[in-house]
Amino acid sequence: MQKKAPAVELRHITKRFGFKGIVANDDISLDIRRGEILALLGENGSGKTTLMNVLAGIYFPDEGQILIDGREVVISSPKDAFALGIGMIHQHFKLVDVLTAAENIVLGIKGKLDLAGATEKINAICAQYGFEVDPKQKIYDMSVSQKQTVEIVKVLYRGADILILDEPTAVLTPQESDKLFNVLRNMRDDGKAIVIITHKMHEVESLSDRVAVLRGGHYIGDMATAETNAQEMTNMMVGRAVTLNIDRPEPVNPRPRLEVRDLTVRSEEGILKLDGVSFTANSGEILGIAGISGSGQKELLEAIAGLQPMERGQIEYIRDDGARDNLIGKDPRQIHDMGVTMSFVPEDRLGMGLVGNMDLSDNMMLRTFRRGKSVFTDRKTPRRVAENVVEELDVVTPNLSTPVRRLSGGNVQKVLVGREITQAPSVLLTAYAVRGLDINSSYTIYDLINRQKAAGVAVIYVGEDLDVLVELADRILVLCGGRVSGIVDGRKTDKRELGLMMTRIGGGSNE
Amino acid sequence: MFDFVSFIPRAVMQGIPLLLGSTGETLTEKSGNLNLGIPGTMYVGAISGVIGGFLYESSLPSPEAMNPFLAILIPTLSCLLGAFLMGLLYCFLTVTLRANQNVTGLALTTFGVGFGNFFGGSLIKLAGSDMPYLALSATSNCFRRHLSLGDTTGWFGKVFLSYGWLAYAAVIIALVAGYVLRRTRVGLHLRAVGENPATADSAGINVGRYKYVATCVGSMVAGLGGLYYVMDYASGIWSNNAFGDRGWLSIALVIFTIWRPNVGVIASVLFGGLYILHMYIPSGMNLAIKEIYKMLPYVVTIIVLIITSMRNKRESQPPASLGTPYFREER
Repeated sequence: MQKKAPAVELRHITKRFGFKGIVANDDISLDIRRGEILALLGENGSGKTTLMNVLAGIYFPDEGQILIDGREVVISSPKDAFALGIGMIHQHFKLVDVLTAAENIVLGIKGKLDLAGATEKINAICAQYGFEVDPKQKIYDMSVSQKQTVEIVKVLYRGADILILDEPTAVLTPQESDKLFNVLRNMRDDGKAIVIITHKMHEVESLSDRVAVLRGGHYIGDMATAETNAQEMTNMMVGRAVTLNIDRPEPVNPRPRLEVRDLTVRSEEGILKLDGVSFTANSGEILGIAGISGSGQKELLEAIAGLQPMERGQIEYIRDDGARDNLIGKDPRQIHDMGVTMSFVPEDRLGMGLVGNMDLSDNMMLRTFRRGKSVFTDRKTPRRVAENVVEELDVVTPNLSTPVRRLSGGNVQKVLVGREITQAPSVLLTAYAVRGLDINSSYTIYDLINRQKAAGVAVIYVGEDLDVLVELADRILVLCGGRVSGIVDGRKTDKRELGLMMTRIGGGSNE
Repeated sequence: MFDFVSFIPRAVMQGIPLLLGSTGETLTEKSGNLNLGIPGTMYVGAISGVIGGFLYESSLPSPEAMNPFLAILIPTLSCLLGAFLMGLLYCFLTVTLRANQNVTGLALTTFGVGFGNFFGGSLIKLAGSDMPYLALSATSNCFRRHLSLGDTTGWFGKVFLSYGWLAYAAVIIALVAGYVLRRTRVGLHLRAVGENPATADSAGINVGRYKYVATCVGSMVAGLGGLYYVMDYASGIWSNNAFGDRGWLSIALVIFTIWRPNVGVIASVLFGGLYILHMYIPSGMNLAIKEIYKMLPYVVTIIVLIITSMRNKRESQPPASLGTPYFREER
């Protein structure tokens, strides 16, 4: 492969946050070339997003130079970035919900407001690259993948030829991701420079031409994708050799712990979310839950945790001595008072799991503030718990009094999982525990879950990555439209079988 | 029979200060600034106008020497200046220093009312009046001048043509503000800033500038509401605290109109009508009934709030980032 001319040269970029806080980027030099897809890799908090934000004019670097087509430039605002043809698609979409697609796309452009003309131009761009966008549709009516399409059209509309995508596939289904990759390949062949930030190794391998790795704010190196492999890239990211195998120890002395029978849940709008779900979760075993997103996973976990009113059904907790307690109609506090320690890692981390504006130790206290005898809360224990979690899970944080919302997504998840596990639960419910986490953090989480399993906890693991489910779970329950499509042995099944069961009850092809 | 021909003009005159106040507040809120200092700003606008008018009137040898053009221009400009400074102060505190908007707004309202009463009292002393008020009748006559056609065209003239220039200006400002918000690029950008400043920022819009300009312009418009009240409605008579709770009613009107200044044109008349309805309802000697009627504008606002939140339509909701300061590098 011949060497292409660099479109962007970053030279010795350094970016610090706060007065004496973190150095997010430390002396980073990186080239971005036209006609090439560059995958930017790194663990959570390694500075990938910060570096790209510097290029997009969101952050201003403290030191260093940026050269575009060999000419030194100063990018002090997103406007400057547009003028230089740099467009960034952020992990959290930068769209105004109450405006239409067309209005969002023309936002910030000077001149008379001409929505009719803009619509035409949008349609032309869509036709060229194979997008589907209705310019008149409001953003709040759109699915995530439609929103993302609007974001991409937005940067193309501004004539961007250097595109940065920050974890574009985190919220997409596999089919939507494939569609996006085809579009990106089209754009690469069109001579555009593309940078993609992702954690998914198979995406890096199938899509990118070159890989650059950051670790702890430092630039580690780059290489052609064809000449490397997932193992080598992971080692570079983590800085030491890691094994990419998930352990699956045999369950020790499994006994029924939680029995769910004929669970039926309707949403507030009266839509049937769960329909006659029955299963048993055993202690010392990981029960995986697979299904297309929105098939009732959220409702199932929330019903068990006592957060979701149900239409009918039984949820029974079985104690070690065989005594059964019914959990129906009890709220989380009542369940806790019954002596059932249930830990719940919800999908919505900063909404249901943690309070973004509170610091680490206060968030730990959310679980324990009712303990203690006097009117004063015990602040020492939560602080110790927080110290332990930070140490054991390698949470990257300036200190324990940092508000949780300032941490990066993966670190937030570690804090939440860490807190729930320190409760020494007998039932652990996790929803998408590794969503948005880099590969090393993901393996840390798998390891933690396995340790819980070894300690005799009944783990219910809702996951989206079928590769992981097949390697981690002892049994896998597949949901399809709110009904149990089947429960299979994790050691005997494969991705294909699960995929079929997810789309059709029972997975048979002759129905 | 209910006397609409005399009721409607009075309702309109009650409504105009509310219309100006709510148009100003809507512009401000569209930029994401919840300016609860609007009552104070209107108060400052009124007293600044009065100061300007007083200085001009007392510089003349006799009321006949008054130039009607200057008699309007001087109070209007001093009113705009006073209100602008209030808006600027609010912006400096909330946008540049990122102070809490609610606290800042309430403080400015307290400050504005105190400022008005202090200078109002001083002027009354300066004028050497025995009464606790200051009368700028000559200036007020200039403000209240209307087309002579209004007196000769019967009920039509009374209902539509009997107002001073500021009333028509208020309607035009509201309609223009509505058009700008819905149809122009500036309006689109302003809405984006109020909804999602981070998005607007990454689209290359200068968020700080939009917030400053919208808030200062909004404050000036609201200030004119105070000026209209004292110069036109109250016939140029300033007495401390007479402005009452009209500023808060303006903020209620913003919610009532679900952030649409053009709806405010009609809604302000409705509010004005509800505000004075108690004078038109025969209640005999039972004054308590009147107090109940005075509640009506607030009751209606609460009902509208309930209905709009029940309908749950995204367009009827307040700007999403209302009340939160924006800082680009915040994570």
